[in-house]
Amino acid sequence: MPIQYQGILAEHAHTRRAVSVFDICHMGEFLLEADPVLSGLERVITQNITSMLSGSCRYGFMLNAQAGILDDLVVYRINENKWMLVVNAATALNDYEHLKINLSGQYLLQNVSDKTGKLDVQGPQSLDVLKDIFGVRIEGLGYYRFSDFVFEGEHCIVSRTGYTGELGFEIYISSEHVAKLWEVLLKDGRVRPAGLGSRDTLRLEMGYPLYGQDLDINHTPLSAGFGRFIDFSKEFIGKDVLFKEQKSGPEEHLVCFKADCRRAPRHGFAIFDKDRRVGTVTSGSFSPSLSVGIGMGYVDYSYDIGANLVVKDGLAEIPVKIVKKPFLTKTSL
Amino acid sequence: MSIPKNLLYTKDHEWVRIEGKVAYVGITDHAQHFLGDITFVELPKIGEEIKQASYCSTVESVKAASEVFAPLSGKVLSINTELSAHPELINQSPYEKGYFFTMEFSNEAEKANLMAADGYEIYIEGISK
Repeated sequence: MPIQYQGILAEHAHTRRAVSVFDICHMGEFLLEADPVLSGLERVITQNITSMLSGSCRYGFMLNAQAGILDDLVVYRINENKWMLVVNAATALNDYEHLKINLSGQYLLQNVSDKTGKLDVQGPQSLDVLKDIFGVRIEGLGYYRFSDFVFEGEHCIVSRTGYTGELGFEIYISSEHVAKLWEVLLKDGRVRPAGLGSRDTLRLEMGYPLYGQDLDINHTPLSAGFGRFIDFSKEFIGKDVLFKEQKSGPEEHLVCFKADCRRAPRHGFAIFDKDRRVGTVTSGSFSPSLSVGIGMGYVDYSYDIGANLVVKDGLAEIPVKIVKKPFLTKTSL
Repeated sequence: MSIPKNLLYTKDHEWVRIEGKVAYVGITDHAQHFLGDITFVELPKIGEEIKQASYCSTVESVKAASEVFAPLSGKVLSINTELSAHPELINQSPYEKGYFFTMEFSNEAEKANLMAADGYEIYIEGISK
């Protein structure tokens, strides 16, 4: 997937206004046949998955024993005992090993990443475009729901999910057929291709985290502010540490901040309160929708919404204010 | 890639257009293309003394921030104030509407450190291989 096709700003604007297709074939997909409790799958994922309906997706985390985030993932429940796990590309092999070590009894785990193509169709017109390809049944797909569809005789999974904050869908299809689907999508005059650059600015405007930047093994989901994706009523790897952290409060937490100018905070910039260093920027960019710099970073837990701080590196010194996420509230999602 | 004949160029992809004792300064078409959508520019102050090959401005695109170096030594006379609200002018018109600032240059001999258009063309062909 390239950084850009016609330009990051144009691709960003087109996604917010119309519809774009992103080639996300690099993502990792696992198919798993397992009883969620007997196999230990429920222990591996922070969200409750036993309570999921077939045809639904749930976002959650895989943690190590210290509650460090090994990966964030979306779990698809295909039927009673069949699952698809969608994981990050860079962590897929480690995730696979982690599952192998922690699952037991009868189960069948396959890494199907190489055989699976993935296209994200995102934007307010995405539903109209996909209706023409998959039929009107797609209209019935609720948020975080998926279903089987057929494209030119080939089975695929379409979920109403995404990483842009707009109405959108993610399509999983065999890697042999994905190029044909890409071609058909781009023949539709409404659809333009979008690259990694706009994928990053779009997700950042929504305050969505990126694994490897905003989430990593040195941070817990609580410090990242994602407590709502943790089910403390069940047992899971890392729970003891998280439970203690929940009681004492994390030392630092992930916040969103907005600059007072067009200058962009960048990954790795230091965050200061006057002369005192209080954190580090994990993601940052110019926001095409807001025309100012925006970012995310970990700061001491005492700093919260409304706090005025400064982010800087050798050259730039940018005043920022911690704001509520998402940065952008009126979208087609 | 546009490389006008009437300009001089640096290895860091700045251009300079000399009109008497005054020089217009900006970044090249090659540079703006490489940076992508430009979103912010920090210009020197009017009256500031700048030195050839030393830092004088910052330009940011969605992708990254880059330093801009003075093509000649001298004093900054004026800055292109349009760029603060419309940095995209650098992408759209790198040699005209997207110029950064004008300066009064102080040392004629420094021009020898700059490249003519044909030299710059060979230079960017070399680095893009």
